Amino acid sequence: MSFRDWLVGTVVSTQSQTPTAKSIVLEVPGFGGSSAGQHIDVRLSAPDGYAAVRAYSLASTGPSSTIEITVDLIPDGEVSPYLVHELQEGDELELRGPLGRWFVWKPEVTAPVQLVAGGSGIVPLLAMVRAHAAAASTVQFKLLYSVRTPRDMFYASEFAALASPTFEVTYVYTRETPEGWPTPAGRVSRELLESATIPPSESPAVFVCGPTGFVESVASWLVELGHSAETVKTERFGGA
Amino acid sequence: MAVISRGFTGRPRESQPDLPPGQYLTKDFPVLSAGPTPAIDTADWSFVIKTETGKDASWNWEEFNALPKEDVTTDIHCVTRWSKLGTQWRGVSLDTLFENVESSYDYVMVHSYGGYTTNLPLDEILDGQAWIATEFEGEPLTPDHGGPARMLVPHLYFWKSAKWVRGITMQRDDNPGFWEQNGYHTNGDPWREERYW
Amino acid sequence: MTSHLDGNALAGPLSELFRDDMTIATGRCAHCGDVSVLAQALVYDAAPGWAVRCRACGEVLMVIVRTGERMMVDLRGVTALEVPA
Repeated sequence: MSFRDWLVGTVVSTQSQTPTAKSIVLEVPGFGGSSAGQHIDVRLSAPDGYAAVRAYSLASTGPSSTIEITVDLIPDGEVSPYLVHELQEGDELELRGPLGRWFVWKPEVTAPVQLVAGGSGIVPLLAMVRAHAAAASTVQFKLLYSVRTPRDMFYASEFAALASPTFEVTYVYTRETPEGWPTPAGRVSRELLESATIPPSESPAVFVCGPTGFVESVASWLVELGHSAETVKTERFGGA
Repeated sequence: MAVISRGFTGRPRESQPDLPPGQYLTKDFPVLSAGPTPAIDTADWSFVIKTETGKDASWNWEEFNALPKEDVTTDIHCVTRWSKLGTQWRGVSLDTLFENVESSYDYVMVHSYGGYTTNLPLDEILDGQAWIATEFEGEPLTPDHGGPARMLVPHLYFWKSAKWVRGITMQRDDNPGFWEQNGYHTNGDPWREERYW
Repeated sequence: MTSHLDGNALAGPLSELFRDDMTIATGRCAHCGDVSVLAQALVYDAAPGWAVRCRACGEVLMVIVRTGERMMVDLRGVTALEVPA
């Protein structure tokens, strides 16, 4: 089986990440494993032949045929409401992948890594953090994770558990902070990027993922701060 | 053979007399575009009809807005399957714009700021079937919906109603436009479900 | 407000046409000459099909249309499409 064939996965379990986002674990016979940062295409088919295809990043990584995606609800979307509200344990889901070999991190790369996530853009970056931990990599990893409110955070307990001398997270709350948070709510700015991310002098590999506007602002600030454009990889999330 | 997704229907498609086959109703006005929204200053705007005679008909924004305008209430149908009923527009009829245009050609290519094109037979845009609209629901047309001016050919799928329109070129043959080159139907009648060729 | 995705999303659709992953393929823009991996192109998907545009000049590199059972790929604005060996 190759990455271009449609495979049939079976939902093993689901778990709510936030009031509007759900993680879905699937067992997919024939799935050849994935690198951290890759995605799959999911295809839904209606009885009348109508089909809708959407891309979802993999939260899982490695050789396993058990995979995980996390889907954020787009209220007027066509596919995400089905995946978040309708899909149940035991249901079958068509998918192809793993897809994309550009927005990936491989454990053999020795440069330090700066991850910058906006909202549901955390999913492929979580896969990189998991791959880093699984490989017991000593490469320095830093994550800047922007969410609207504490309730919108994905995988909060996992990030807390993975914190280590080589993995550090900075949280940014754009609308509402936890109680007692030292700084007021606010968006990621150029100044914040400068103070909270690995400086260009250390030549980090940078991965930015999130909504289009977020990714484009962050990527252009990073280049202004002195990162070479070739070292800043971006992935924009749409909605549907 | 595809696996049917239990309980998945896509957007609810309804059967009602005002709705062409395969369409669903929306109350929103989805914004569709094959590119970024161009910033168009009406001081630089013009609309030009080009013919094989070399005699162009052209209007700047002021001249265009001095032409008689019509109010149009119509249903619109997008090939991505949404339909919106009873939309209200105001604009200049193509009949007015073609009054003094001489051409022996039977087809047109509509050109937009930003590079978009769409092709139509001349017969489909005359006789009260098409307008260059400058207002939607009583307000000036916003840039995301094609402002300052867009085509309105409501009896065909809405990709024919080019946003940010800048001119029309007469053509002898029915050469295909942006989407028509790549699978979309040259005519695009929603009632015959002419989506693809 | 119109938004766009990027060329990472092309991996699946173009896998139906090309043997290799095309997000790491480079292409030269026929309009401005910019050379980049397809992952960095801009993909306008809120339309009847996908318009893939150059990250540098915004001109159309590619148009992808799915018409029921068929997929059509128009490479009108890409020259020197190259995959890593």
